[in-house]
Amino acid sequence: MSQPLTPATQKSAREAWRETVKGSLKRRNRKEMTFKMLGIAAVSISVFFVAMLFTSIISKGLPAFWQTKVTAPVYFDPAVIQISPRPVAQAGETPQALQQRDFAWQSELGMVDWPLLLENTLINAQPALEAQRSDLLALYSTDQRFRLRDMVIDDPNIIGKTVEMSLLADANIDVWLRGNIDRSLPDSQQQLSADIRKIADDLYARDLIQLQFSTEIFSNPDSRSAPASAGLAGAFMGSLYMMLIVIFVAVPLGVASAIYLEEFAPKNRITDLVEVNINNLAAVPSIVFGLLGAVIFINYFKMPLSAPLVGGLVLSLLTLPTVIIATRASLKAVPPSIRQAALGLGASKMQSVFHHTLPLAGPGILTGVIIGIAQAVGETAPLLLIGMSAFVASVPASPMDQATALPVQIYLWQGNELRNFFEARTSAAIMVLLALLLSLNGLAIWLRKKFETRW
Amino acid sequence: MNMVNTPTPNLSTPPTQTGVPSHTGRPFDLGNKTVTDLNKVTPTVKLSAQDVHVYYDDTEAIKGISLDINQNEVIAFIGPSGCGKSTFLRTLNRMNDTIDSCRVTGKIIMDQQDIYDPSLDVVLLRAQVGMVFQKPNPFPKSIYENVAYGPKLHGLAKNKTDMDEIVENSLRRAGLWDEVKDRLKQPGTGLSGGQQQRLCIARTIAVSPEVILMDEPCSALDPIATAKVEELISELSTQYTIVIVTHSMQQAARVSTRTAYFHLGDLIEVDSTEKVFSTPSHHLTEAYITGRFG
Repeated sequence: MSQPLTPATQKSAREAWRETVKGSLKRRNRKEMTFKMLGIAAVSISVFFVAMLFTSIISKGLPAFWQTKVTAPVYFDPAVIQISPRPVAQAGETPQALQQRDFAWQSELGMVDWPLLLENTLINAQPALEAQRSDLLALYSTDQRFRLRDMVIDDPNIIGKTVEMSLLADANIDVWLRGNIDRSLPDSQQQLSADIRKIADDLYARDLIQLQFSTEIFSNPDSRSAPASAGLAGAFMGSLYMMLIVIFVAVPLGVASAIYLEEFAPKNRITDLVEVNINNLAAVPSIVFGLLGAVIFINYFKMPLSAPLVGGLVLSLLTLPTVIIATRASLKAVPPSIRQAALGLGASKMQSVFHHTLPLAGPGILTGVIIGIAQAVGETAPLLLIGMSAFVASVPASPMDQATALPVQIYLWQGNELRNFFEARTSAAIMVLLALLLSLNGLAIWLRKKFETRW
Repeated sequence: MNMVNTPTPNLSTPPTQTGVPSHTGRPFDLGNKTVTDLNKVTPTVKLSAQDVHVYYDDTEAIKGISLDINQNEVIAFIGPSGCGKSTFLRTLNRMNDTIDSCRVTGKIIMDQQDIYDPSLDVVLLRAQVGMVFQKPNPFPKSIYENVAYGPKLHGLAKNKTDMDEIVENSLRRAGLWDEVKDRLKQPGTGLSGGQQQRLCIARTIAVSPEVILMDEPCSALDPIATAKVEELISELSTQYTIVIVTHSMQQAARVSTRTAYFHLGDLIEVDSTEKVFSTPSHHLTEAYITGRFG
């Protein structure tokens, strides 16, 4: 320092400085590059796994929306369907009496030999099959005979007419024709007898059995006696009822608690404790909520087992912390200047919250709420403990009826013993559930964008 | 601010109204206001603070201030950052109530009533004592709705025509009418900073308050917008009592008739603006206005 700085020493010092900085620059750039690469690698791996998941689910599940069906004209033969005309109201008859007679008529219909009609359908189309009449019924899904019966109940005038129909083939026929079972296996390991397999192949070649888009998977409830007709309608309705209950229970409760805690509650030990507990509640394993539901709602309040009402209440408890945390975060994000402006004009605390803070926090609250609902709809574990993993062969008409839920249905189907048929159906159910969740999330994004861009 | 080198003031000394002039320059433009104007009329006291203390938890932010604010005067609060001038301003319409840890003792009398009396409704108080904030904070609603919000809250308009009239009058008095009359339905947040602040003033006067508190209303504005707001303050002073907190001594000198100097939670000196800026009685005031600290 004491030496006088000549221009030459100044220059060389400057050079040395440049070299030092350059050296460190190189190191820094290398580090930055490495970090960038690591980031890209991490993202690529995640994208790869997500893509794999979706490819596997879609490639497995998509074929399940098409099913093998016997496609032929069905003759509603009056010689087979010998029934009296449907009762009509008589003068002076009470509605109950008419209903009684109608039930009698319907049980008369149950006596009709519907399987004979199904056999005849194939024989009419392919007369050579007469010799193998006894094997033909095995081609149909067992519920198809009731479909014919229901058509007659709906419209008795159909008797004597011929209707072009697509009748669901049996699940094992479906598996065989698609090659989902090893065709070289010996007879002893095949589900179908050699004769039936031969008939199926023959009819498939003649286009009497076709692969057709199937709406049954959407419109039917679950079924074990006729696996080919097993559908998601029951589980979907169950999930829908639970979703509605979550919307009507968890959302108002959660939003109201969040508003109170954030805007009105004094900050003291009690509210601190409540806050800590809410955050902890969000981390409680979901199956614990199922146990809680079983103890409180079913054992104590004697609510029905397997009902979407109980499921919805349990899922509401599960969603509450999510809704409260999201709502509080959105309320916190509203600038305090808006609250002060309202208070300064003489608005009461409640007016300032409801006129200004809440509308501004709205989009954020909505997003949090919908994410919470999506989380609830995808939940399985707590439902197992309140009896919603039961096999339910009907579509629930109300939240008090027995039902299951989409994720539980996936769990049930993937454990079904008719593996090579239900594997595709399981993936199809996953696709439906994912579609529901993605559209819920899409709705959340759309709503947020819509209300955010208002000003 | 850096208080380390400043001599510790004797804080128990009451604000001196008279004193030996230690400074005789006139560094600030005082317009055509003169001291004699003030002495001609006996002012009516609008707000009277009596030994007001404000605590945040255990910290004493205001250490016993007594101050009378007269009807239709513009009084400016000046002082270094953290001296309590904003805190004191906010006690006047009880905005400090919104801070949980804040505690106020003492009395503030307005029209023979203590505004901290539990029987007094704070909503009524805030309708009488309006407030304009440091940062323009219009509601994210239309210009019309911004102004109409206060009157709507208090039911001041009987019908739509009444409301239209209130909105127009308020915007006119805030000098904003000509700029916004064609776009009343557009968002208030779309205006420029200066226009937003005048909108906030319009919103405040729409409620017809008696006192308007202004907390550094021009600190976020450019010089032209500041000039407009200052002009507005001078016009409003004929109808309202205005209390303004400002960091700009020039602004205090331009708009106020009286000035109060705050220091570390104490009121050091209050006198006519002319007097405070030309011959301050207290050495702290003098040090501040001559720019030795602050």
